[in-house]
Amino acid sequence: MTLYIPTPLRPYVAGTDTLEVQASTLSAARDELTWASPDLRKHLFTEEGKLRAFVNVYLNNEDVRYLPEKDATGVSATDMLSIVPSIAGGR
Amino acid sequence: MATGTVPVELPELTKDELSRYSRHLILPEVGEEGQRKLKAARVLCVGTGGLGSPLALYLAAAGVGTLGLVDFDVVDASNLQRQIIHSTADIGRKKLDSAAEKLRALNPDLNVIKHDTLLTSANALDILKDYDVIADGTDNFPTRYLVNDACVLLGKPNVYGSVFRFEGQASVFATKGGPCYRCLYPEPPPPGLVPSCAEGGVLGILPGLVGVIQTTETIKLILGKGSPLVGRLLLVDALDMRFRELRLPKNPECPVCGSHPTLTQLIDYHQFCGISPATKEEIKVKNGIPQITVAELKRRMDAGEDLFILDVREPFEYQIANIGGKLIPQNEVPQRLSEIDRNREIVVQCKSGGRSQRIAEFLKQSGYPDVVNLAGGILAWSSEIDATVPKY
Repeated sequence: MTLYIPTPLRPYVAGTDTLEVQASTLSAARDELTWASPDLRKHLFTEEGKLRAFVNVYLNNEDVRYLPEKDATGVSATDMLSIVPSIAGGR
Repeated sequence: MATGTVPVELPELTKDELSRYSRHLILPEVGEEGQRKLKAARVLCVGTGGLGSPLALYLAAAGVGTLGLVDFDVVDASNLQRQIIHSTADIGRKKLDSAAEKLRALNPDLNVIKHDTLLTSANALDILKDYDVIADGTDNFPTRYLVNDACVLLGKPNVYGSVFRFEGQASVFATKGGPCYRCLYPEPPPPGLVPSCAEGGVLGILPGLVGVIQTTETIKLILGKGSPLVGRLLLVDALDMRFRELRLPKNPECPVCGSHPTLTQLIDYHQFCGISPATKEEIKVKNGIPQITVAELKRRMDAGEDLFILDVREPFEYQIANIGGKLIPQNEVPQRLSEIDRNREIVVQCKSGGRSQRIAEFLKQSGYPDVVNLAGGILAWSSEIDATVPKY
């Protein structure tokens, strides 16, 4: 499954824009991601393991916060995970 | 979807306007009625910078009758890479005056209302209430949350756009039944975590691309035509030239626009975003890190003190301008601590003081006993100490 890394977070994954993650559920994908990149983990998750409120994660085009099965949602190799942090630039 | 306050009696178009807007009039989705709606419409552009430039210019070109502009800033040379409503001759001039002049030159019939003020909780409701649509072209989180909340409280649509480096976002918030900015991001990032355009950079064309998307949405709302980006978040990646759309549901528990709102008046948005108010005196210590001014640094350097200046910018920035510090880019600092002498006072420096503050905090947490942050960075050095050091 491909995880898209937005520009503000690329410095924490050596500049790459995608990571390949092998997982069958969202929860497993999160665990694999945080194992692979501790720096990214710090920016995405609080100490308690909750997704930070200024970062959203999308499974294909759906916000994972609103998925009925939440972290237990099954994912397949053709799914896309995207991280979309808040940005404020305008001037 | 039509906006709330466009009057039932639409103003007539003059002969000149029929000619000027002929390309609109022959479009079935606009026509004479649509052009009259545009003429009746009142749009507020918050910010006349990167996003505000294309917003204001294209709204004026489209025949919007009244355009309010909110900005308190002055044109700087570094703006001209993207803020195309301003020109070289405007450097040093108020952005409001520069923008109004260009807009009136483009469309003399445009009613421009200048709001020469910082938008705050004290004035936002009063300023926004006279407009039909609000277009957010600001550049900081406190103002974005302020505009959002004010729009929800007043029932005015908020056309949102934001940019960073090569990526942009656009959506339409605060419509009846639609989500708001807080449905997307309930909380802002901690201050300093997401760099501003000044620190992170932005491709000059990007606010042009996103700003025109915002203008398009504004015009669609006024006309009541097409499908606006309500409940949809458009993501733009200019490097790959990819556009993606994500679903943006309304959060039923949103504190501002949800079924049982708990926020019914505007708040202190700087506090909400974790930004301490500036005091009248200079801030001497921030998050446990003493701040040193450029004047103080200059004094100590001239006095021959043994300071270790750590420059945490990128190599290309160092090439443009530097004050002789040791360059270790911020992301490399953790792996190169052996090159930073624990026994000396470390003065951490970057472009404007943001990155250096974060690295100073990291060094302190790593056990460095004597770390200070150069407030204002090399930009302050150029402004106050040595004007031959280029600004960028």
